[in-house]
Amino acid sequence: MATTNIETPPIMTLWWEFRIKGTYVMSILIRGNPGDTHLMMGNEAIVRGALEAGISVAAGYPGTPSSEIIETLARLSPNIEPGNCPDIYTEWSVNEKVALEVAAAASFAGLRSLAVMKQPGVNVAADFLMHLALSGVRAGMVLIVADDPGALSSINEGETRLYAKLMEIPMLEPGNFQEAKDMTCWAFELSERLNMPVLVRTVTRLSHASGNVTLGTLAIPDRRAFFRFDGEVLDPMEGPIMTPPVEIKHCSQLAKLDLAAEIFEDSPFNTYEGPEAPELLIITTSICDLYSREVVNLYELGNRVGILKLGTTWPLPVRTVLERLKTTRKVLFVEEVQPFIEEAVKVLFAGSDMVGPGVAGSGEARSGMAFYGKQSGHIPMFGEMNPERVTRALEAILDLPPGLNEGYRVGQTESLPIPPREISFCPGCPHRASFFSINMVLALDNRRGFTCGDIGCYSMGMLPGGFSTLKTLHSMGSGSGLASGFGKLDRFGMNQPVVAVCGDSTFFHSAMPPLANAIHNNSAFTLVILDNSGTAMTGFQPHPGLTVDTIGNQVPSIDIEKVCRAMGALTRTCDPFDLETTQKYLLDCIKDPEGVKVLILKQACALSPQKRHTRSFEVKVDKELCIGDACGCNRICTRIFSCPGLIWDGENLRAEINEILCVGCGVCASICPVNAIMLKETP
Amino acid sequence: MTPPVKSSTANILHDPYNLIITGVGGQGNVISSRMIGNMLAAKGFKVTIGETFGASQRGGSVMSHVRISSKAALSPQIPVHRAHMVVSLEPMETLRVLKDYGNQDICVICNTRPTHPIGVISGRLDYPSMAEMEERIKELSRRSWFFDATGMATRIGDPIFANIIMAGALAATGDLPLERSLFEKNLESKFPRAKVILNLKAFDQGYAMI
Repeated sequence: MATTNIETPPIMTLWWEFRIKGTYVMSILIRGNPGDTHLMMGNEAIVRGALEAGISVAAGYPGTPSSEIIETLARLSPNIEPGNCPDIYTEWSVNEKVALEVAAAASFAGLRSLAVMKQPGVNVAADFLMHLALSGVRAGMVLIVADDPGALSSINEGETRLYAKLMEIPMLEPGNFQEAKDMTCWAFELSERLNMPVLVRTVTRLSHASGNVTLGTLAIPDRRAFFRFDGEVLDPMEGPIMTPPVEIKHCSQLAKLDLAAEIFEDSPFNTYEGPEAPELLIITTSICDLYSREVVNLYELGNRVGILKLGTTWPLPVRTVLERLKTTRKVLFVEEVQPFIEEAVKVLFAGSDMVGPGVAGSGEARSGMAFYGKQSGHIPMFGEMNPERVTRALEAILDLPPGLNEGYRVGQTESLPIPPREISFCPGCPHRASFFSINMVLALDNRRGFTCGDIGCYSMGMLPGGFSTLKTLHSMGSGSGLASGFGKLDRFGMNQPVVAVCGDSTFFHSAMPPLANAIHNNSAFTLVILDNSGTAMTGFQPHPGLTVDTIGNQVPSIDIEKVCRAMGALTRTCDPFDLETTQKYLLDCIKDPEGVKVLILKQACALSPQKRHTRSFEVKVDKELCIGDACGCNRICTRIFSCPGLIWDGENLRAEINEILCVGCGVCASICPVNAIMLKETP
Repeated sequence: MTPPVKSSTANILHDPYNLIITGVGGQGNVISSRMIGNMLAAKGFKVTIGETFGASQRGGSVMSHVRISSKAALSPQIPVHRAHMVVSLEPMETLRVLKDYGNQDICVICNTRPTHPIGVISGRLDYPSMAEMEERIKELSRRSWFFDATGMATRIGDPIFANIIMAGALAATGDLPLERSLFEKNLESKFPRAKVILNLKAFDQGYAMI
C-alpha cells in the first residue's frame, strides 16, 4: 500500500511559509515603540510582556486557548528579522511536563524562561511543578496557564487556580489586555525576588479576545547560560537545585509565600473603584472584572456598587481584602469557574476581628454581613461568566429595573426553526474516512466492538459527524490506557473487540506508556493511529514524528511505526482514503484475539500546509447515474458519510457537490454503490 | 506595520458601538473582525474583540463581538439584546444571532449564500428557505441588506473575499468611520500589491451594495 510521503523538501518550504511568514503582529511585537498603543490578542499581549521581561527560553505543548503564545514566539526567530529579533529558544515540547522541565533548566542556568500550556496540561506537569515549587528556581520563571471556562474548546472546564494553593506558589490573574502584558512582565521580577516559579492564569475570553495595549520597553538581557552548583545546598543562587532537605525547603517556601502576600498588598494590579462605603462590594478577578464593570455601568450602579478587582489571587493580600470588607455589609463574588476567591475570603473573614469571639462561639455569622456568589446560588457553579450572569445576581441582591429589551420579538425567531450547526470534520478530512471504516468493520464483525477516543480533532468522532464512533473520551493518551484495561477483560467473558484511536502528536505526548503497558501485560486491542502529519487541531505544531522543529529547522524525526514495532506490536500502515484496504487491514486486526495491533492511517490533514488550496480530484455527480431515492442506497453519501462538500438536492432528489467546500479528496466516490460520483484527476 | 493608535477619534453612531460578525467556521470571521478592529484602533478608539475559535468551531457557528468605544475598555461579550449591527456571512446564522442579541434598532447585512449544517446534509433537519429567512430577518431588524457575497467573491477569485465585501458594505452604512484609504493602508501592511488590488475590488463591490 502506497502512503503519501509528506517529508520532502518542497513541503518543508510550504510548512515554513505557512507557519512563519505573513504575520503583521510580529512587527508590532518586536518593533512596536514604547508608549504606542496597538490592538492585541490577549495571548499576543502575554508574548510582548515576556519579551519586555527579556526571556531567553519558551516551551509549551499546544492546547486551545494557549497555543498562540508559543506560536507567536516561534515566529520571532532571528532569521525572520535579522537584527530586530531577540534570540529566543522556542520549543514545542513533547508534553507539558517536559515543557516545564525545559523551561526550568533555563532558569537554573540563569536565563528567564516561560512555560505555556492549557489547563489539563498542568495536570500532566503537576508532578514536576510540585517539586519545582519546593526546590525553587533561579532566573525568573513564569508558567502561563490558559483555562477554558465553559469548555469553549475543551472537553472539561478545569480550574488551574487551585494548583496555586496546592503547590504553594504565587499566582497572578490579568483582568484585561493591558494587564496580560504588564503582569506577565512583572511576574518575572516577582519570580526572581522569591526564587519561585510564578503562575499566570489566563482564560479563553482573555487569551482569544483582543483589546488595546500600550507597549513598554523591550529588554535586551545578557543571554549567557551557566549552571552553578558548587555552593551550599540551601544557597538558592549557587547551590545544587533539589527539594531535600524537605522540611527546611518547605519552611522557606512558606516564608516566600508570606513575602509574596506582603508584596501583593501594594500591587497596582489590585484596584478598587466605587463609593467609600458601597451598598454592595463585588470582589472579582480576571476577565470577570470587565463583565462586572459592564453591568455596573449599564445599570448606572456606580454610586451603589464598588468593585474590588484582585490581580494577585494567591496568596491573597489579606489587609487589602479585609479593609474593603469593613466598608460594606454585602459582598458578591464574580469569578470562574470554582468559588476560589469566595472560599478564601470567607476564611479570611471568619478569622478576622470582624467576627467577635462571642458571635463566633455562638456559631452565628456576624450580624448584617451577607456573602453572595456560587455557594449561595446567586451565580452558577459551572460554566463561564458573562454579563447576564452578573446582571441576574445583581437583580437578586439589589432592586433593579427589569432588563430593557424584554419586549423584543424573540417569540417570532423561535417560530422559525433554526437547525443547530453541529461541528464536524472538514471537507476532505482523513478522520471522516477513518471513522467510516472503523464503523463499517465493527458492524461487520458484529460482536459489539467499540472504540476508545482520545484528544485531537478526532475527538469529534463522538459526534454524529464522526458516526458517533467514540464510546469513551477522557484525557490525552487515556484511550490507549483504557483499551489496555479492556483488553484484559476476556477472562471475565468480554469478547467485544477493543479499538483505541490516537493522533500522531498524542502518540508521543502520552500514548506510548499505555502501549508499552498493553504489550508487556499481554493485553489485546487494536490501536489506530490517525496520523495526519501535525498537531492539526491547534494549528499544525510539529511533534517528534516530523522532520521540522518549532521554528522550521530540519531535525531528526521518529518513525511511529518503527517505534511501535520495536515495542513489540504488530503494525501496518495505509492510507485511510483507500477504504477497501483500510477496512481489510482493520478487520484482520480485530479478528486476531491476541496481542496489540497498531494500524497507522496516514493521510495529511485537509487544512495542512501541503494540501491547502490543492485538489487531488475534480468531483462531479453524474446526473444520469445518481437516481437518488430510487437507488436503494438510502442516500449513503449525504445521509451517512455527510461530508460538508456534499449536498442533497431536495428539488431534483439527487446528490450534488458543493463546489465551494469540496476539496477533492475523492473518498465519496468509493462510497457510492453505483459509481455516480465521478473523479477526474487534477493536473 | 499597523500604525499605532492616535488620540484623535472620529464619530461612531453609538458609544459603545456593538458589532457582531457571524458565520460558519472557516469563512474568515476572525480575519474580518481583526481587520475592522485594527482600523478603528488605529483611529484611537478603544476596541475589544471577543471571539470563539479553535477546534470547536470546525464547521460550527462562529461569532465575533467587536465593541468600539471612545471611553472605556469593554467586556469581550456583548450583553444580550444590545448589538447595533450584525454582519452575517451565512443567512441562518443571522437568525441565530438576532434571537440572542437583537433589538428594535438593530441593522443587518446578510450574505445570502447558505452553508448547510451536517444535520441538513444528512437529511435529518430542514434548512429554511431564503424567502422565509429574509422575511423574518426584516421583521426582526430596523434595516437589513441582502446580497450573495460568496458569489461576488468567487467571481473576484476566492470565496474568502466575501469577508471583505461585507466589510465594504459595513463601511458604506456610515455607522463607523471605516474609510477606504484606511482599509488600503491596513492591507498594504500585510499583502503584496496584487492582493491589495483584489481586496479593494471586493471592498468597493460591497460598498456599492448599500
